[in-house]
Amino acid sequence: MMEKRTNWPVTILIALGSILILFPLYMAISIALKNPQELAQSALSFPFNLHWENFTRAIEATNFFSALKNSAVITIFTLVFTILSNSMVAYAIARNMHRKLFKTLYFYFVSALFIPFPIIMLPVVKQTSALGLNNPAGLILLYVVYGMAMNIFIYVGYIRSIPQELEEAAIVDGCSTWGVFWKVIFPLLTPINATVGILTCLWAWNDFLLPLIILSDSADATLPLVQYVFQTEFGTDYNLAFASYLLALAPMVLVYLFAQRWIIGGVVKGAIK
Amino acid sequence: MKEDNPAIQAQNISPKVASKTKRKMKSREMAYYFMVLPAVILFAAFHTFPALQGIYYSFTNWNGISLDYDFVGLKNYINLFKDVTVLDSYLFTFKFAIFAAILVNIISLAVAIGLNSKIKGRNFFRAVYFLPNVLSVLIVGFIFNFFFTNILPDLGEEYKIEFLTTNILGSADFAWIGILLVFVWQACAFNIILYLSGLQTVPSELYEASSLDGANKWQQFWKVTFPMIAPFFTINMVLSMKNSLMVFDQIVAMTGGGPGNSTTSISLLIYTGGFSGGEFAFQSANAVIYFIVIMLISVFQLKILQKREMDM
Repeated sequence: MMEKRTNWPVTILIALGSILILFPLYMAISIALKNPQELAQSALSFPFNLHWENFTRAIEATNFFSALKNSAVITIFTLVFTILSNSMVAYAIARNMHRKLFKTLYFYFVSALFIPFPIIMLPVVKQTSALGLNNPAGLILLYVVYGMAMNIFIYVGYIRSIPQELEEAAIVDGCSTWGVFWKVIFPLLTPINATVGILTCLWAWNDFLLPLIILSDSADATLPLVQYVFQTEFGTDYNLAFASYLLALAPMVLVYLFAQRWIIGGVVKGAIK
Repeated sequence: MKEDNPAIQAQNISPKVASKTKRKMKSREMAYYFMVLPAVILFAAFHTFPALQGIYYSFTNWNGISLDYDFVGLKNYINLFKDVTVLDSYLFTFKFAIFAAILVNIISLAVAIGLNSKIKGRNFFRAVYFLPNVLSVLIVGFIFNFFFTNILPDLGEEYKIEFLTTNILGSADFAWIGILLVFVWQACAFNIILYLSGLQTVPSELYEASSLDGANKWQQFWKVTFPMIAPFFTINMVLSMKNSLMVFDQIVAMTGGGPGNSTTSISLLIYTGGFSGGEFAFQSANAVIYFIVIMLISVFQLKILQKREMDM
């Protein structure tokens, strides 16, 4: 591992492995850009005649922009509320861990990590529909609440590593606890906010089960849910189906292309904490 | 701090100022309670309460729709152990989870070691290997569904590979392997990145020292690398086991639990039986057992693996 020169055999193995990762995506693109005759001849051949009309058909058939808007609204609100609320709760807990009540709360939230969702799944559907929360607002609420177990764990670890002197100085200056949090602590949380934000976005954007059971109006469907709902309608029109899949994957992939280093770094930090 | 603040006593300031400071201290403390209160209420209402409700319904015979129901005691739990579908779903889920956890960890560690060595285009490849983690599991399942149903059989015909000519997702014996492959394809992304960051914590001096001692690459891995990244192995093992026990999206996208019940995982069974099978109470009991199983496995794994860590 300490060679100074490039290790070519390993480079080649890694490159071959990466083909396994990229191949399904190539296949998806290739199918999405062909017409049925070309697909029947060969699914994997390079798509020379670019049938962009598959994408316009998919946009119309699945009402893509409506689903995109639903996914975006749900993800953005989840992100904002999660970061603002979970960091504040974690701050109160992290600074009072010597008190029994807050320590208990910490374990109360974090122990939820061990509770598998299916045990909540059946009752929560009854509950949200009884409360009129079987809509995007309810979904956002559930994401913010269910994310708490992991996020509080991540935030508390980080906040406890911030020296308290800074806060004490602000308190002497007459700052209230709220002021200390918003003016002193919250700005210091930027790196860990990024981590929590990335994990939350990936989860809310790609999640399928929660929208499937919570959303009752098909007009509210998110991008993954729309792909599921339209499965029977796609039928054997694979060109249409794959164009639709790619459209649904594209926004997150585009974000990833531009922020790949940042996203990987954020995810790693969240896992190691 | 609320009662006897030494600073206030020591300064011996006028009682009026002291009580004012005390009041201020009090509101400072109160703020912490107000910060956590809404979160506690919401968490209790939308997480703890439904979980308890699930346990409550597991002792009834409610079908999820009717207005009234009766308590049936442990009947659901007893019936669970007699229900072939339930037992099959546990067998499938465990078989799947064990294979998935082992494969994901071996492949991830191998790729991470590759990415950690002196290779060309390291950042590019790292980005490629992490890409599956940002993709929707369901849509990846749909894409692979097409691959298994249409492309693999064609390739099998073309190259005369008997085994591949039939769609494996349509075979009760092999459908689980298709799901396993897709799961591993996607789950490795996250684990590779974790192992990679673990490998980067190993000081290079250790490798130098061990190669001076004449250790070969294989010995170096087992004596130096692996003990150093043991904590990462523990967390990866627990996480991938837990995630694979929860497998759901891939199955919905690829087999819907079939053929027959051959790929019905526990979560899928709770979903279908609970919502559309009129087995709300029965599947609630199933979910309670499932919860106990997952917790036992997680704790057991952590205990065993952490003990191994200490030994190394």
